Amino acid sequence: MTLQAILLVLIIIGGAALLSWPLGRYMTRVMDPDGGTGAMTGVFRGIAGSLGREEQDWKRYVFAMLAFNIVMFTVVYLIQATQQWLPLNPDGMGAVRPDLMFNTAASFTTNTNLQHYSGESTYSYLTQLGGLMWLQFVSAATGLAALVAMARGLAGRSLGNFWLDVQRASFLVLLPVALVFAAALVLGGVPMTFGGSVVATTLEGVQQTIARGPVAAFVTIKQLGTNGGGFFGPNSTHPLENPSFWTNMIQMVAIIIVPMACVWMFGRIIGRMRHAVVIFAVMLVFVLIKTTGAVVFETTPTQAFAGLPIAQDVGNLEGKELRFGATGGTLWAVLATATSNGSVGAMHDSLNPLTGMMPMVGMWLNESFGGVGVGMINMFLYIVVAVFVAGMMIGRTPEYLGWRVESREVKLALFALLAHGVFILGGTAIFAATPWGAATLNNIGPHGFSEILYEFTSATANNGSGFEGLGDNTVPWNIATGLVMLFARFIPIILPLAIVGFMSSKRRAAESAGTLSVEGGVFATMLAVTVIVVGALTFFPAATLGPIAEHVMFMN
Amino acid sequence: MLQSLLASLRITAATMAICVAGYSAAVWAFAQTVTPFTANGSILMDPARNPIGSRQIAQGFSQPGYFWSRPSAVDYNAAGAAGSNRSPTSEDLKARAAETVAAYGATPDNPLSADLAAASGAGLDPHISEEGALYQVPRVAEARKLDPVKLTELVNQQARPPGAFLSNGRIVNVLDLNRALDQLEDTQKQVVAGQ
Repeated sequence: MTLQAILLVLIIIGGAALLSWPLGRYMTRVMDPDGGTGAMTGVFRGIAGSLGREEQDWKRYVFAMLAFNIVMFTVVYLIQATQQWLPLNPDGMGAVRPDLMFNTAASFTTNTNLQHYSGESTYSYLTQLGGLMWLQFVSAATGLAALVAMARGLAGRSLGNFWLDVQRASFLVLLPVALVFAAALVLGGVPMTFGGSVVATTLEGVQQTIARGPVAAFVTIKQLGTNGGGFFGPNSTHPLENPSFWTNMIQMVAIIIVPMACVWMFGRIIGRMRHAVVIFAVMLVFVLIKTTGAVVFETTPTQAFAGLPIAQDVGNLEGKELRFGATGGTLWAVLATATSNGSVGAMHDSLNPLTGMMPMVGMWLNESFGGVGVGMINMFLYIVVAVFVAGMMIGRTPEYLGWRVESREVKLALFALLAHGVFILGGTAIFAATPWGAATLNNIGPHGFSEILYEFTSATANNGSGFEGLGDNTVPWNIATGLVMLFARFIPIILPLAIVGFMSSKRRAAESAGTLSVEGGVFATMLAVTVIVVGALTFFPAATLGPIAEHVMFMN
Repeated sequence: MLQSLLASLRITAATMAICVAGYSAAVWAFAQTVTPFTANGSILMDPARNPIGSRQIAQGFSQPGYFWSRPSAVDYNAAGAAGSNRSPTSEDLKARAAETVAAYGATPDNPLSADLAAASGAGLDPHISEEGALYQVPRVAEARKLDPVKLTELVNQQARPPGAFLSNGRIVNVLDLNRALDQLEDTQKQVVAGQ
């Protein structure tokens, strides 16, 4: 790694980590106001109606969350279905196929933002802003609400009220932060216009149609809410979505800052900041390992150019933008997949084989900060398993924060973690063995397998990035990934809330000298090992067939 | 059940009004006031006010008298951008690179700068590396009957490090460079005419 690369990594990740501390404090204050009476709580109760007054148990909380998410899905499906008759459509976008509408509505409702379309040639400005950008706010707010509820439960309190939490997250967290970042991106040159596309006559006299749009508003919340869905097809590699080195840096900070702050907010609500520091440190170590791996692997020049008279001294440039510098796109690939963001700053399909495996590892683990709210919730599942295993090893009833972890809780946690593997590996197996997947590839051999593996990984992790060569706008892909996204979103939200509900219905034990501490290096190691064993080893055989096989076969 | 539906719909209305309409309007008003040029896509106009392209978007150049942009998987279609999405180990990529090498007439003694052979992420990268621009100086100079030293100066003048001390190397905006080239030739013609 060059000095510049190291500096860039340190500034982005270190800067985001520093900023996440005050943001976490602010988020705690507005998401979990003392005694449930924040300044705006009265207003939010008014909007929610009588349901805004109840204290919800985990079942009521989940029911409210699902009800709102069903409405989210339905509204956006309807907007897509009628966009050709609605206003704000200067480029005359037409009707969209039902299977694509289903996939897109599922994708943005679940905070995934897998995109089987190109925004500039499929959706009107109204669909993009009123449908997709709206979901980028409220799906992230759903995740944040679920995390706050889980933390309250672990603190021994009622879970709170979803109808209030989702409004707090939308109006008091995401909106103000988005305004700040949007202003920065506008100053960095990101467009914000409703003017429709421009037809230019180039210097050589050719007609060039240039798609534009209200990009700045969209891109900001796409990053902050770990959504990742781009305004244009090639996402943040597009010069109008990410015009410079500096907008690239701002967007990378925006990708990771809210998930980082979520860990601090969790620590504050449960009243255990030292525990939060341990969790943060474990997540950070995973991110740094993946970053180092990706940046180093990507310094290998483009293999296909070997033997041709091409001077290659800056690594693999296929699919990369020069204005982000040598490491901008690669660092981005790690950050956007450690979180469940899934935007891209370089084409992942064209990364070197082992570099391309780093984003996959990020999504397999899906907890190195992870999605807004849900990343910390995923980590909670690993914590439950780690605590249980440790408890068995030292021969004590496993406890977490004084709550007894028994077989029912561990079964639910393992079910949620294993579902992740089943969706990824099962889906990949079916599509690799049938024309559903095999007929849609852009590359042959192990790289083609990687395209399928990546797509199911991305859908399951609610990430949304892709090996975009895959011709995935087909009925089988749209329906399969649409269903996977929905199940893989709600299983790991509902089950953790259930676990907390069951645990907190028991009597809380006082912590003694014999209790496994969750605040030290021993616990950190235990947690990291659990993540690696449960998370990574499940996927090692698949990785061997894809990126590792490609590396061994071609990269010599 | 009905109550939950109504609560959902009321929150939908509130978030649509504030997080979509209010937020978009605020960002739009800020952008159009503070940075109107980039807010509208950095569209450049000729003297007759006809658009000639966006400063941020690559356009295709194939005449020898212009500096050429990086390869584009979508032929510089700015209404349907995409990358090649080829694996770096792919045979198709090798074949494409061989065509590019032939177009530039690169040889082992005078190898092509890698960015000129590699397609960008969106196929619309407006920049090439300084080395990539210098590589093209002899061709452009010959086509335009200009002094290569003068062209080299022009390239050096326009090259910028993309991220100050955080990046290696310098890059050049191809459209800016080619417009400057046209102007340079115009001035020279005027000078010749004046003599």
